[in-house]
Amino acid sequence: MDAAVTPEIILKLSNIESYYGPIMAIRGISLEVPRGRIVTLLGANGAGKTTVLKTISGILDPQKGAIEFMGKPIQRMEADKIVRLGLSHVPEGREVFPFLSVRENLTMGAYPRRDRVGVAEDMERVYGYFPRLKERINQPAGQLSGGEQQMLAIGRALMNRPTLLLLDEPSLGLSPILVKEIFTIIRRVNEEQGMSILLVEQNAKVALETAHYGYVLEIGRIVMNDTCDRLMHSKDIQEFYLGAKEQGARGERRWKKKKTWR
Amino acid sequence: MLDFVQQLVSGIALGCVYGLIALGFVLVYKATEVVNFAQGDLMMLGGFFAFTFIGMMGLNYWVGFAAAVAAMALFGMLAERVVVRPILGYPQFSIIMATIGLGYFLRSVSGMIWGTDDFKIDTPFSQGVLRIGSLVLAHDKLSVISATVILCALLYLFFNKTTLGTAMRASSENMLAAYYMGIPVKRVVSIVWAISAAVATCAGVLLAPITFIHSNVGLVLGLKAFPAAVLGGFGSIPGAVVGGVLIGVIESMAGFYLAEGWKDVAPYIVLLAVLLLKPEGLFGLHLRKKV
Repeated sequence: MDAAVTPEIILKLSNIESYYGPIMAIRGISLEVPRGRIVTLLGANGAGKTTVLKTISGILDPQKGAIEFMGKPIQRMEADKIVRLGLSHVPEGREVFPFLSVRENLTMGAYPRRDRVGVAEDMERVYGYFPRLKERINQPAGQLSGGEQQMLAIGRALMNRPTLLLLDEPSLGLSPILVKEIFTIIRRVNEEQGMSILLVEQNAKVALETAHYGYVLEIGRIVMNDTCDRLMHSKDIQEFYLGAKEQGARGERRWKKKKTWR
Repeated sequence: MLDFVQQLVSGIALGCVYGLIALGFVLVYKATEVVNFAQGDLMMLGGFFAFTFIGMMGLNYWVGFAAAVAAMALFGMLAERVVVRPILGYPQFSIIMATIGLGYFLRSVSGMIWGTDDFKIDTPFSQGVLRIGSLVLAHDKLSVISATVILCALLYLFFNKTTLGTAMRASSENMLAAYYMGIPVKRVVSIVWAISAAVATCAGVLLAPITFIHSNVGLVLGLKAFPAAVLGGFGSIPGAVVGGVLIGVIESMAGFYLAEGWKDVAPYIVLLAVLLLKPEGLFGLHLRKKV
């Protein structure tokens, strides 16, 4: 690929190390998100996926390493300043404001913005993506179903009109039909608005189908990265993340051979 | 009957003051989950500020009132910045001890500055009375009630109709999510302290014609306002005001109709009864979180 075709890199992590108290949760991660692409971060429970996102959005400060967003270093910046640069985070477990109405939740998503007209337009666009939210516009968010809350959390982040959207486990606790619905919207947002997305998922199948590029995280380290097409056909991914079973001792042997597996 | 109405009005007036102090407890608690035991002392300090501006410097009542409110709003922000923010994240008890310490500090410093005498602020409402038939209502009591109604209406509009007010409710419901939205949570907390100190000052100035201002007034009233906040369901703003009014009315009725001594006990008996039947308080909210 020559330089003219390669899209601009809008998020770049170099050798990030983060701690949860005394525990080193991320052990030197480097990754890139190009403009207009969906990049996914796969990994089992406790691999450090959420920590990576929290470190990017400034909830956690990295101990070492650099994070560049649109060419600006953002490590150690306050979380609310990072949001203002155009980086929105949909946290794991939705984290809606339970006693605020759907409309107020969306208004809070646009908190850094001052252009009333644009905010009103974006609110209509969010209702376009998620018509069910419009039906519940004045209901407290705590009364919505899990799927609706997830829609609200995504819609709320879109209200900031971000350049980069961080999505943490959007499929968590949702029925297969809802997962499909939500991921259709994620693809639409990416295609229609050209929004770059960094997606963290445990559901590797749907993540690989949605994203363009993928990183695999194991105990705080990146052990594999490639285009999603190639990842989907990789034997390791099929076995450990997509659940394809292999007969005989070959899988066992590959486990031992794999250098990055600690 | 006349006695009853008069007792009712003075009970409501006193209760409004409790309610305003309780409102300060609730605002700070909702925003930061910190119980500020110096709330009553902020009221006392606000009263002394107003006394200094009006009584000593001879400013117009309204100008002095506004100046005291503004000065105390700044003081509230400073108190949060210096006393509370450095220990946020430590166990609740440390923070509560710090606010109790702040209260002691304010009481002794104001004792040093203004002495331990009682002070009185002359207000436009100190003398007049309203006569309806044979019913006589003092202006100072009515002024407390109407000021509380106006303040509550303003706060209601602020919290429900403005983006900053909504952001404050959002931060108090889910502080982490507020960070994710780009809400400057630390500044929001500062403003909450400013508002609660300003509301306390209003209570202090309104109270000045009824009770006198002295350095321990905050401790005494704070101990009455705290049950008011609990009665209303700690964390509910309308609950704080209703709780305050209830306690004020019960106190004043008990003082008039019951034997000596019941006045101070009756509010607590009612509080215990309410908490037995409805442990979350009258207006307590149950957080229902769906998974």
